[in-house]
Amino acid sequence: MAVFKLLRQSPISARVGLFMVLLNVFAAIFAPVISPYGETEVVGDVWAPASKDHLLGTDHLGRDLYTRLIYGARNTIAIAFITTILSFVVGIVMGFFAATLKGWTDLIISRIVDILMAFPTLIFALMVLSVVGTSVSSLIIVIALLDSTRVYRLSRAVAMDIEVMEFVEAARLRGERIWWLMRQEILPNAMPPLVAEFGLRFCFVFLFIAALSFLGLGIQPPTADWGGMVRENAGAITFGIFTPLWPAGAIAFLTVGVNLNVDWFLHIASGLKDL
Amino acid sequence: MPESSKLLRMKNVFIEGYSEEQWSPIIKGVNVKLDRGEILGFIGESGAGKSTLGLASMAYTRQGCRISSGSILFKGKELLGASTKYLKSIRGTRIAYVAQSAAASFNPAHRLIKQYAEAPVQHGIMSFEEARKNAVDLYRRLLLPDPEHIGYRYPHQVSGGQLQRAMVAMAMACQPDLIIFDEPTTALDVTTQIEVLAAIKRIVRQFNTAAIYITHDLAVVAQLADRIMVLRYGNLVEENNAREMLANPKEDYTRRLLSVRTLREDKDLSLTEKDVILEVQDVTASYTGKDHVLEDINLKIRRGRTVALVGESGSGKSTLARVITGLLPPITGKVTFEDQELPKALKHRNKKQLQLMQMIYQMPDTALNPRHRVSKIIGRPLSFYFGMHGKERDKRIYELLDMIELTEKYYERYPSELSGGEKQRVCIARALAAKPDIIICDEVTSALDQLVAEGILKLLQNLQNELRVSYLFITHDLATVKAISDEIVVMLQGRIVEHDNKKEILKPPHHEYTELLLSSVPEMDPDWLDNLLQKRKESISALEV
Repeated sequence: MAVFKLLRQSPISARVGLFMVLLNVFAAIFAPVISPYGETEVVGDVWAPASKDHLLGTDHLGRDLYTRLIYGARNTIAIAFITTILSFVVGIVMGFFAATLKGWTDLIISRIVDILMAFPTLIFALMVLSVVGTSVSSLIIVIALLDSTRVYRLSRAVAMDIEVMEFVEAARLRGERIWWLMRQEILPNAMPPLVAEFGLRFCFVFLFIAALSFLGLGIQPPTADWGGMVRENAGAITFGIFTPLWPAGAIAFLTVGVNLNVDWFLHIASGLKDL
Repeated sequence: MPESSKLLRMKNVFIEGYSEEQWSPIIKGVNVKLDRGEILGFIGESGAGKSTLGLASMAYTRQGCRISSGSILFKGKELLGASTKYLKSIRGTRIAYVAQSAAASFNPAHRLIKQYAEAPVQHGIMSFEEARKNAVDLYRRLLLPDPEHIGYRYPHQVSGGQLQRAMVAMAMACQPDLIIFDEPTTALDVTTQIEVLAAIKRIVRQFNTAAIYITHDLAVVAQLADRIMVLRYGNLVEENNAREMLANPKEDYTRRLLSVRTLREDKDLSLTEKDVILEVQDVTASYTGKDHVLEDINLKIRRGRTVALVGESGSGKSTLARVITGLLPPITGKVTFEDQELPKALKHRNKKQLQLMQMIYQMPDTALNPRHRVSKIIGRPLSFYFGMHGKERDKRIYELLDMIELTEKYYERYPSELSGGEKQRVCIARALAAKPDIIICDEVTSALDQLVAEGILKLLQNLQNELRVSYLFITHDLATVKAISDEIVVMLQGRIVEHDNKKEILKPPHHEYTELLLSSVPEMDPDWLDNLLQKRKESISALEV
């Protein structure tokens, strides 16, 4: 099996990263099973210190922080994952269209993307979200659209390199439609850089959601998410209580984990060999 | 002669390369002797280890390789295990290297003269001013135009042949004892190749420099080398004085390399004279809309015949193929197939029109999608054009594999698991799968080794006899043309200068340009180059008188 062979040859950093990511995924999937309390259940005092009943203490409303962290993983990771997938689908389809059709199609899509990219992402997202409201679906769509501009740039560049290869010309001469060219000829060859980019983008999206939640426009309470938890508990830090550091630490933990994997993918994708 | 007077002596050299997590041998114990002023030719197919061995003469290996044992004596001093400082001091000054592609070896951002002077100035041998004077002298000796000023040009401002000569000048900058030429003319047209060969021959003799000349083309090495070593799979096959080897090759492998290629018996062409399947009429084409790359092209392709399209790079051969296939719609003129005019642009042609014309490319590496298995590559045209599926399709794929002389086990493979020749065969199968009437072959053998290329040509030949398919064979290699064509079309600067049956074209008197092309193909005769240059000089002086 190619996957196992790849794993066996993976460097230690990648294995650590993989473990970190899988730990989060596990927590997200089995949240109701492994968490001791309910997601929004008030179970103790405000900002209670760590104890036997509350492993990490409680938050500003007296909810169990450990439970909230586990549910936070679920919400944050799931939304970030869906968003990243959506942004990749849009970005890749648009990018490949531009690269294979060229001419006006390319010009028009590229200029639209340029306009979108001209605005600072966070401000643009804040603006749109405050107009359309902050439901989970609008959050996903807005972030995915904004993020797809970056994916578009990458996939267009990659596809252009592949598009000039003779096997694509051979397919054109055969009379293949654009859909076949994109899916069968270009996509499989563009996979390595796109997969690596996926990991990286996933991180950004997830940090972006955390940032939006911190600003109050992301995932809305009482749903647990790490960015929101940092914001809700931020005041505690002035009293010397380090509750907000836990969700902040979780964000850092997942980011580092994903990045370790991305580094490894990039290494494989670039074709560099260690000697 | 005492051993120390030998310039270079490599004894029992073993070199290993690292791949798939283990060291495997590339050179398996080869001995090389070289005297001052002597030219030694290394010949062999790709993978024979000739470049590796050439580089090893300066105790250098490419990344991922190592010299595992043996001894390399240069001017009596052992290079293996010598200090990096000592090696640095002789590389580029006492031993120089000329790479295959001058275009890739020059830094495009600096003028030629600056790059010329880099080695001598850095090694403290001469000042820039002295280096400049020497450069002008060398440029003159290498017959570069305007030697006083050509050094101030950037690499992209001179032609390929000139750049290769500038590269030779650069190698000569420190007046080395030994120059290694690694396929210096392989990327050049035949007519340009002559210039470079003549220049190399002249200058090496003048300075009494020893040289190692690496090539896969025996006819080329025959012009230069005093002694030839034939290498295969890292072993020495045969070593001999050049003249003797050409006259009397001992080993079977050498004989196969030497054998002149004539694959095609002359066919009776009168039968097919009326059977024109493709006609190109008054075609003018251009990429920009202004400068015409093709001008007034008229061409007929008859059923079952091979039409060879010859010319130097830039003569418009490939552009004509693009016009015929519809990739580049012509400005004026038309392409007709059996009395039916084909739409100019590819996207307006229907499946039937697309199917009758297939293409095979120069580089099989880029012509096959690396992520598709052979079964998919060959199977796609079957399902696309004929709607074949499942067992029916598989049966046909196996038939096609059989036609290209590959076994059934290739069905599952990816292109990366095939050799160069096998890849090209798969490309042929992909073209055949469409059951075309015409196959356009764009330099299909030039990226392949001689013996492999011969196999491909033979295969194409057999397939033609069997299927009566026509070939439009684009090439700059006249040996191939002689071997397989029925008709020859000579192109120069976007125009057809001559078009006739092979016999007529090859029979003098020739068109001026055809003559130049034909006479530039190296022959397996050590005196060929000298005689040719002599003849050309005479004809020029005759003109002047």
